[in-house]
Amino acid sequence: MIRQTITQLGLIAVCLLGMISCASVKPYQKGKLNDSEMALSSRRTERLDINIQSYREGASGANGGRAGGGCGCN
Amino acid sequence: MRKTCLTLIGIFILFALAFSQPADTASGNYHNRRLKLEETNLVSGYYQQEGNHSAITGGIGTQNLTDVSNVIQLRFVKWDAKDRKRFFDAEFGLDHHTSASMAWISKTGASNTGSTRIYPSLNWKTENESNGTTIGWGVSLSNEYHYKSLGANLNFAKTSPNRNREFSGRLQVYLDKVRMLLPSELQPAPTVVTVGGISSASRGGRSSGPSSYTVWNTTSGASGNIWVVGEPRNTVNASLTYSQIINKQLQISLTSEAVAQQGYLGLPFHRVYLNDGSVHVEKLPDTRIKIPVAARINFFAGDRFIFRGYYRFYTDSWGINAHSASLEIPVKIGSFLSIAPFHRFHVQSAARYFAPFEIHTAKSTYYTSNFDLSAFTSRYTGVNIRLAPPAGISYKLHLASMELRAGHYVQTTGLTGNAVTINLTFK
Repeated sequence: MIRQTITQLGLIAVCLLGMISCASVKPYQKGKLNDSEMALSSRRTERLDINIQSYREGASGANGGRAGGGCGCN
Repeated sequence: MRKTCLTLIGIFILFALAFSQPADTASGNYHNRRLKLEETNLVSGYYQQEGNHSAITGGIGTQNLTDVSNVIQLRFVKWDAKDRKRFFDAEFGLDHHTSASMAWISKTGASNTGSTRIYPSLNWKTENESNGTTIGWGVSLSNEYHYKSLGANLNFAKTSPNRNREFSGRLQVYLDKVRMLLPSELQPAPTVVTVGGISSASRGGRSSGPSSYTVWNTTSGASGNIWVVGEPRNTVNASLTYSQIINKQLQISLTSEAVAQQGYLGLPFHRVYLNDGSVHVEKLPDTRIKIPVAARINFFAGDRFIFRGYYRFYTDSWGINAHSASLEIPVKIGSFLSIAPFHRFHVQSAARYFAPFEIHTAKSTYYTSNFDLSAFTSRYTGVNIRLAPPAGISYKLHLASMELRAGHYVQTTGLTGNAVTINLTFK
């Protein structure tokens, strides 16, 4: 079941990537991409949110937070 | 005529000067090689929750909790002799939480409800701009009075020559030790030996969970605390991320992660009430494999709106499958202020070992009534405000930017929470 789901998701991801054509973007064209709001990572202020979610939910990881280690006892 | 010619020549000279290229100091390979404090970040947060499904009382009872966290991060930068940029990050975190359900580790409700955690970490990173590679490593420590965690990580990244795509990987290892209290009614009767005013005893064997105990100072505590000594919990975590610029306004990243845990993965003070009314400590397998796969997509629409999308699929060997999706839309109000409302949706199936209060039977090999492992959906809604003027907020204080985030969390289990976080960046 798990393997099937992963395979399906992998295929969808590959198809999506294939559909997107990437343009060559020059450094001087990256003004908007370099905006701090465009960073492809979680914000520092999201740190507490990610901790809470990893403690209060069964799922964790792939979001810049810890996927293991630590207690989360409460 | 002469005047016109002189004017034209003058204009030409001015244009020629205006378009002439200035000396490129970056490619001149000169960098100050002294270690420099580049940035300091202070991140403080407050979280409060309410609910009625505490795992400590077997899936019933208060989950009221407050948590205050503070982190200081220092980033130092240095250029080495080979003109590589070196980053050295030092971090120190301090959390304090108060949990109402912790009182009920003791059947009389007399156990300590507060706990403080400290978590320092050190990270090094070397960035080679000429070939686009970054290599780093780090160590971390987390210490609570009943839990210790030692972590180490290795990471690398490779950027394409045109810097439009990046491939990165990270390997993390955590070596944890669980040293927690048993519920008072499940403590085996110890033989307490008092030598010189210090009480201690030991005892072995039990029907489930950890196999050995050491008893500390049971003569004085109302709860008669019994510690489970040194039960290990080890975690190995490997992740790969690919990020790609699609066009001038759009970029995406894909992350796949594999997490393997081994050791004591339950908590000794989590009660489970069986359908025959008997009480036990939760019992869970000693291995767990987690596989989260995530995608981010950021799109700058026009000049004011940014769409930050995130989706994660999660599956694990305990039977939990989950989907999490969030959308944040920063709106730029002027050049230095952005307001970003966000919404996150999460849905998960239950772990196959979960059942609520008095549902498990004595036949079950593994059992828990921890509602974190139950089937539910959750929503998290809030706003993130960022203030970052080009010249900084306060020149005297070196305060460069400020960010505030507040959100409200709701689960279909009835749990609700509120979180506020502030980040101050000094440069």
